[in-house]
Amino acid sequence: MSFLEVRNMCRSFGGLRAVDGVSFAVVKNAIKAVIGPNGAGKTTLFNLIAGSLEPDSGEVRIDGKNIYNLPPYRIARNGISRTFQNIKLFSHLTVLENVMIGRHIRSRSGFIPAMLHLPRSRREERDIRERSMEILELMDIGDLADRDAMSLPFGKQRILEIARALATEPSLLLLDEPAAGLNLYETAQVSEMITGIRERGITVLVIEHDMSLVMNISDEIVVLSSGRKIAEGVPTEIQKNDEVIRVYLGEDDA
Amino acid sequence: MNMRKYTPVFGLIAVIIIFQLVTTAIGREFYLTQLTMSAYYCLVILGLTVLMGYAGQISMGHAAFFAMGGYTTAVLTTCNLMNVKESLFVKLLGTSGLTIMEKNAYGAEILHLSPWISLFAAVFVTAAVAFLIGIPILKLKGHYLAMATLGFGIIVYRIVLGTRLFGEADGISDIPPFKIAGSLAVSGDPAFRVQNYYIAAFLVVAGVILLMNLIDSRVGRALRSIHGSEEAANAMGVNTARYKLFVFVLSAVFACIAGVFLTHFNGGIGPSEADVMKSVTYVAIVAVGGMANLWGALVMGMTLNYLSLRGYFGSFDEFVFGSILIFIMLFFPEGLLKMGNFRNLARGLARLKNKYSADKKEG
Repeated sequence: MSFLEVRNMCRSFGGLRAVDGVSFAVVKNAIKAVIGPNGAGKTTLFNLIAGSLEPDSGEVRIDGKNIYNLPPYRIARNGISRTFQNIKLFSHLTVLENVMIGRHIRSRSGFIPAMLHLPRSRREERDIRERSMEILELMDIGDLADRDAMSLPFGKQRILEIARALATEPSLLLLDEPAAGLNLYETAQVSEMITGIRERGITVLVIEHDMSLVMNISDEIVVLSSGRKIAEGVPTEIQKNDEVIRVYLGEDDA
Repeated sequence: MNMRKYTPVFGLIAVIIIFQLVTTAIGREFYLTQLTMSAYYCLVILGLTVLMGYAGQISMGHAAFFAMGGYTTAVLTTCNLMNVKESLFVKLLGTSGLTIMEKNAYGAEILHLSPWISLFAAVFVTAAVAFLIGIPILKLKGHYLAMATLGFGIIVYRIVLGTRLFGEADGISDIPPFKIAGSLAVSGDPAFRVQNYYIAAFLVVAGVILLMNLIDSRVGRALRSIHGSEEAANAMGVNTARYKLFVFVLSAVFACIAGVFLTHFNGGIGPSEADVMKSVTYVAIVAVGGMANLWGALVMGMTLNYLSLRGYFGSFDEFVFGSILIFIMLFFPEGLLKMGNFRNLARGLARLKNKYSADKKEG
């Protein structure tokens, strides 16, 4: 039973076919990795699924529901949350406030109740704060709650971005290179964090270059090259796939 | 805990009362006139601060919204309904107490609409225009948004200047006072000076409280997240287009209400209120106040408007505000009223002092 279904996704930039007819599916509560050389179209594919880029054609379903070509905020409301390859935290907001934005879709107060500070919105505000604090504690960065988000070290910023995404209570989490720029110790932490996220019943789709991380945590792997899917399968299959070895290591004519 | 958030508001109320008591005590109550006017301009600036400082969307056309409020009320409350007195609609308004019968300077009877109607009409018109204009232009970002709002401001200014209904270059005068309740009225009559000061102050305090609540809420956070990263805000489920539109309309309504009240206070309105230079002035004051700083905007708004209205800048008014904008953008992009600036200044002075005393020892 596939939870996320991507069918025939296409997107070109001018003459470049960045994503060219990619189809794959993710089983509920699995960790699936998207790998491929630089420029293979991994992040473009993510942006198409999350709605920050408009697809040329294709189909995306989550839990059977068609989310193709919806604006990103509506895709988020359908239970898909994401992180960004080049971290996009909210500047001028504290660590806690960043996570609190994640609670946006789980709360309702509009302009008027907010301005009048009505009891309902006050109660909601308290819930948002408590719930966000819990998530920070869970990710072990509760002590940084009042710091300015941009003042955190890089590794903590990545963790904060994941915390913010988790605050939306997603059913599918898209992680775009969560270990990029992290040292070995931090990478191990992220690896543990991702498996922990899966244990909470969340399906994970992750782009990653760190092969040992990918091979360790993922149930299945999709390999992209020049916008096309060239392989899909469990890690052991992918490791032995000739096509994958060719795009990663180059042609061997000898 | 909740009350602590409002401590500065109590401070503000205290300052407002002290100003009135002092000016009355020293027999300079006429200062209150310019303070009242400044307070109304501050309403525009407060709304613009939320739009610019918190949501990160610039508007170089806010004078247009102020003018829409002012001109709507000016037209509606000066138009004589004597000719259509017998029509059903006017009669209906009359029985609801929404028309006012008065004698003009020549003793002729005139019938005009109550400012309550024109206030609501003005808010409605302004909100509708801001909404319609906001849908296309808020898709723009940065310089492009600045240019689009500037263009909108110029259009409104030209319409005001070229339309007979709006009095062309002369504007509209003889606007009746806005009777709020009992003997409470928005009017420039010196006898009403003190109460008008408090009416304006009340609106400012109410505006500050409403906006403070807004900023510190789910909606406020969503607005600030748009400023931080629009793409990420969208990915978190914030309907950024809608929030930008709503905050644009909200700030336009603040400007509109200020326009309505100040027009009744002044008893007239002219095209200079719609002038692009006015919009630039508002932007400059928001910038000096520190962009995302309601209190900074309020303090600078009161001070600079007061000095300008008292004529301290003479005919260099536009020069002063233009220079302020350049100076602030170059040296204090985070605003003047920031603690860091005072600390830097203190540090600089301490260094000078040390150097001076060291020089003295050597000498």
